[in-house]
Amino acid sequence: MDALLQFIFSGMTVGAVYALVALGFTIIYNASDVVNFAQGEFVMLGGMITVFAHQAGLPLPLAAVLAILATAALGVALNKLAIEPARGAPVVSLIIITIGASILIRGATQLIFDKQLHRFPSFSGDDPIRVMGATILPQSLWVIGGAVAVFVALWLFFTRTLTGKAVLATANNRVAAQLVGINTGWVMTLSFGLSAAIGALAGVLVTPITLVSYDVGVALALKGFAAAMLGGMGNPKGALLGGLLLGLLEALTAGYLSSQYKDAVAFIVILGVLFVMPQGIFGHKSTERV
Amino acid sequence: MKLAIRTTLGILAAGVALPIAAQAEIRLGASVSATGPAAFLGDPEAKTIEMMVEEINAAGGINGEEIALTLYDDGGDPNKARTFATRLVEDDEVVAIIGGSTTGTTMSILDVAEDEGIPFISLAGAISIVDPVRDYVFKTPHTDRMACEKIFADMIAQGITKVGMISGTDGFGASMQAQCSDVAGAQGVEIVADETYGPQDADMTPQLTRIRNTEGVQAVLNPGFGQGPAIVTRNFAQLGFDIPLYQSHGVASDAFIELAGADAAEGVRLPGTALLIGDLLAEDDPQYKVVTEYAAAYQAKYDQAPSTFAGYAHDAVALMVDAITRAGEADPDAIRDALEETQGFVGTTGTYSFSPKDHLGLDLTAFRMLQITDGGWKQLD
Repeated sequence: MDALLQFIFSGMTVGAVYALVALGFTIIYNASDVVNFAQGEFVMLGGMITVFAHQAGLPLPLAAVLAILATAALGVALNKLAIEPARGAPVVSLIIITIGASILIRGATQLIFDKQLHRFPSFSGDDPIRVMGATILPQSLWVIGGAVAVFVALWLFFTRTLTGKAVLATANNRVAAQLVGINTGWVMTLSFGLSAAIGALAGVLVTPITLVSYDVGVALALKGFAAAMLGGMGNPKGALLGGLLLGLLEALTAGYLSSQYKDAVAFIVILGVLFVMPQGIFGHKSTERV
Repeated sequence: MKLAIRTTLGILAAGVALPIAAQAEIRLGASVSATGPAAFLGDPEAKTIEMMVEEINAAGGINGEEIALTLYDDGGDPNKARTFATRLVEDDEVVAIIGGSTTGTTMSILDVAEDEGIPFISLAGAISIVDPVRDYVFKTPHTDRMACEKIFADMIAQGITKVGMISGTDGFGASMQAQCSDVAGAQGVEIVADETYGPQDADMTPQLTRIRNTEGVQAVLNPGFGQGPAIVTRNFAQLGFDIPLYQSHGVASDAFIELAGADAAEGVRLPGTALLIGDLLAEDDPQYKVVTEYAAAYQAKYDQAPSTFAGYAHDAVALMVDAITRAGEADPDAIRDALEETQGFVGTTGTYSFSPKDHLGLDLTAFRMLQITDGGWKQLD
């Protein structure tokens, strides 16, 4: 029994990491149908900048805020310098641009910072919290809390604010959105800035658990992308639940079946779900009207 | 016939090279993985090789001749390593090669070195590099198998016979996992649990919980490299195990204690080299001089402590320089013979004694069993 609880705690921890990364994909995807493969790099930058700002003497909260702002600025710059000039290009081209951006950011980070692994202290210490024989670290609660908070904020943004609806409208039909007075260029800038900020926030929260180095972004983005696909791309609820589900699947497989097969089982389940529900668990069925 | 052609070419080359020979330089080649996935190995190795060649030339070179170093970065790609090895031999006309940060790149360079008859000291771990012995191939790092033997010997001394193993699925972890499973039986240790994790995984508590629930497990061994072992160590502390945790030589660095946290890492045992505990060595320790001098020079030049891998490169350069000095001439075959005659050469990794049957030259005494105590290192044997 305590073993099961331990597996669930582990799954929740890892799942919340995936969910935070998956949530970052949501906004850009909703604004432009582009899957931003530089999202993992935003997460990595959130961790790396915090580490180095903290080492330079800034208190941790200030370093974290600085990292989030700097990464958001980079997100805006990515949109201005690479995505906007290619406006009108097919979505696939834009996705390839984001892959190029991710390679560039990874290389630059390696030069500007270094190639070592880093970590900064957990926010609330490292004393495990004991629940019925199983343990969970306080930092895990921060990550889970962070994922839920970002989810709620995104959900309110897309359903309750005019700006959020403008983002959805831009994705749906750029020309129509422009006709009703939406500044679609501004919506794109906003969505890249916000996505980068969410990614950096994820990096700040998960670094005490996962550690950070210039190349952690690739694996995080892959798992986050898988989580987002499982839950339904573009839906914050899907990103949150997809992430948690993927984490739980991995932990339970590693715990009860074999750690050798944990990634394989997780991806088989994702494939299975996508066969039955191609849009993901919470994805909308898109219908094109002719 | 082949020999005859080569001799003729050699004479021709010597004839052409005569005017340059007046400036007398020893051409040393290197190909390491300074960037790419194996940069953690190749970066400190490249720094060490460059630093040492500078030092030697500043001190007047070898037998009065300067070393001309040609260093390539193969990025961890075996195909590039092969190209660079060929280029080193054919274009740069080096008399000896150092490098091959990974087993993969070493295997590429090794073929070229054997075919062309150029002595080559590898910086990679696999036992297959020197077993079977190849005429021109030597290596400085101890093998994973030796690390396993050292760890199991320490376990037996503690009365531990049932071990739970949790290994990374990266190259280092997978190789050592296989070697440890292989030698365990012969040393009287039984692997009762065998778990793995991906190199980028964020939480290993499910695997560790399985090990904890395994009947009779007396210690946990974690072959791995990078963030994995740090996370395993933290999870191990989180779950409140009351049995010892053994790590591998792959994480033998101060950075590991920092990443895992001094509290979580308290009591962790691992095999490491003298380089790691330079300041703890007794002054009459045979390795004291070489280790402290190298570590101080590296620290002064690059503002960081040299890693175990940097030490492999140090020993390779030092061995090669020693062999060239004794050979008295920059001729590949003379250098190879001198290398093979090396006896009791003290390096940072251990004391090397090569023979026609042994091109590794280290024994288990090269490893020192260390324990992490109060955020620092303590030598156990």
